[in-house]
Amino acid sequence: MINMGEKAGTVMCRVLTDEAKQNADLVVLTSDSRGSGSLVPFATALPKQIVEVGIAEQDLVTISAGLAHSGKRTFAVSPASFLTMRSIEQVKVDVTYSNANVKLIGISGGNSYSVLGSTHHSLQDLAITRALPNLEVYMPSDQYQTAALFKYLAHSDVPAYVRIGKKQLPDIYTNEAEAFVKPGKANVIRQGKDIALIAAGETVQTALDTADELAKVGVSATVVDLVSVKPLDTTLIDQLCSDYPALITIEEHSVINGIGTAVAERVAANGNTKLKIVGFPDEPAIAGTQAEVFKYYGIDGADVAKQAVNMLS
Amino acid sequence: MDIQALQQKAIELRKATWKMIYAAKTGHTGSDLSCTDILVALYYRVMNQTAATFTDPNRDRYIQSKGHAVEILWNVLADRGYFPKSDLKTYSQFKSPYMGHPNNHVKGVEMNTGSLGHGLALSVGIAKAAKMNGQSYHTYTLMGDGEQAEGSVWEAAMAASNFKLDNLTAIIDHNGLQITGKTVDVMNSEPLKAKYEAFGWHVLEVPGNDMQALVDALEAEPQMGKPTLVLADTTKGSGVKFAENKAEWHHKVPTAEQYQEALDDFDRQLKEVAK
Repeated sequence: MINMGEKAGTVMCRVLTDEAKQNADLVVLTSDSRGSGSLVPFATALPKQIVEVGIAEQDLVTISAGLAHSGKRTFAVSPASFLTMRSIEQVKVDVTYSNANVKLIGISGGNSYSVLGSTHHSLQDLAITRALPNLEVYMPSDQYQTAALFKYLAHSDVPAYVRIGKKQLPDIYTNEAEAFVKPGKANVIRQGKDIALIAAGETVQTALDTADELAKVGVSATVVDLVSVKPLDTTLIDQLCSDYPALITIEEHSVINGIGTAVAERVAANGNTKLKIVGFPDEPAIAGTQAEVFKYYGIDGADVAKQAVNMLS
Repeated sequence: MDIQALQQKAIELRKATWKMIYAAKTGHTGSDLSCTDILVALYYRVMNQTAATFTDPNRDRYIQSKGHAVEILWNVLADRGYFPKSDLKTYSQFKSPYMGHPNNHVKGVEMNTGSLGHGLALSVGIAKAAKMNGQSYHTYTLMGDGEQAEGSVWEAAMAASNFKLDNLTAIIDHNGLQITGKTVDVMNSEPLKAKYEAFGWHVLEVPGNDMQALVDALEAEPQMGKPTLVLADTTKGSGVKFAENKAEWHHKVPTAEQYQEALDDFDRQLKEVAK
């Protein structure tokens, strides 16, 4: 029985509103995106702590950096597609290179906008953000993790990029403490002995679905929720390499330079295990509902389970 | 500092910059010389900021958006005591923090620049923070005229006006040249005065290598609710006759003969200004 929790944006808004009431220096910036960012309640409660920059994502990031340099804790909230691609040089120079305490919140991330097409998809955002020095990268998987993560971010002094999606998330956890421990700490959410499945964000549920499918055919799978794409929990990945003959990463991202690649870099250096990367192929994604598109590309419990069985046979 | 002392300081700093570039065999020579008077006016007269107050939350802020003219900035900061002048012997050398664009590992640099089109938006954020916090500091940023082709400049120009940032002064080093040639030929951004006015700015156009005119403009009271643009009509390579108004001097290093010729001329200019 899967319990559906709140949308990540709703949770983000609630946590940021609570934190901002305690800290007048916490400021949210939006690029005509307060509605899609679920931030209307924040704007209503704290009108002096929200800065609207209009549809200008480059300046959203740079103005956030200028505010951060002047003592503000800034959360720049904008669709992940524009925030990480149109504004990436501003992220590189003004946030990470200058070390400005900006939290970049990519909303409607990955394939969330599904039928709106590739202009609105962010399926390469991890590729570029995880390559930037001095930037943490997160993908929360449920409401508890989102809440715990944003509480951490409200007090952290390190620049970070967080990607959240649009839809209601199924509960993976039962409380915040177990959902997010610290940067670079992944969670083993199911312990098995035959294969390890690694995911982050919305595909954590896909990994659990895969484990359920595998259980039907007598394969016992470990499921790992990375949460923190960067820093990566290399200790755990190294352990998985020695404990399992096969790993599968499952991500809502291009198969190029995402979570699979991050894990592969570690496997190549330390491991003696097989690795399969499941994600979006190197092409503009087709139209459809998110579920249809995921199924089409094989990012689906039943399909991944078949691949797992093939790897083990 | 009075105008004559500022003029003298500008010549001394041009000379120091010229020597530093010659020794290192690298630098944006023409760009440095073009905006020297602007930096001198800000750092020795207009800005409420010293080496001792650099971490004071109420200090005035300076963002050098045209980061490539960094050699003059390094010399100004050293002369103002932000770090020892002897440090500049390492300029552009292995592991030196005094590299070819401003970086905030050096005291005096607020934020890193070098990629054009960022400084105005950074300054909007800094000036907006002052408004939100009820702080009285003023924010200054220096841009190039070639830089006006960057779209992000105009996003920031719009935002500065929208946020009514009368605590922000942008200065354009308006020398009419960029690396490829004349700015009007490469990508014509004129008329800058009318464009900024249309964006809701208060614009002052001044001869930008004239110390008195610069100081008057930078010390003028801002218009309530409007950001100020000082459109400083400058000469690229100003102070070195054979380099003036020549695009190729954007980042040219002088030959031994040119080096000595300019040094002699700086000494002549120093005698002239002392009269």
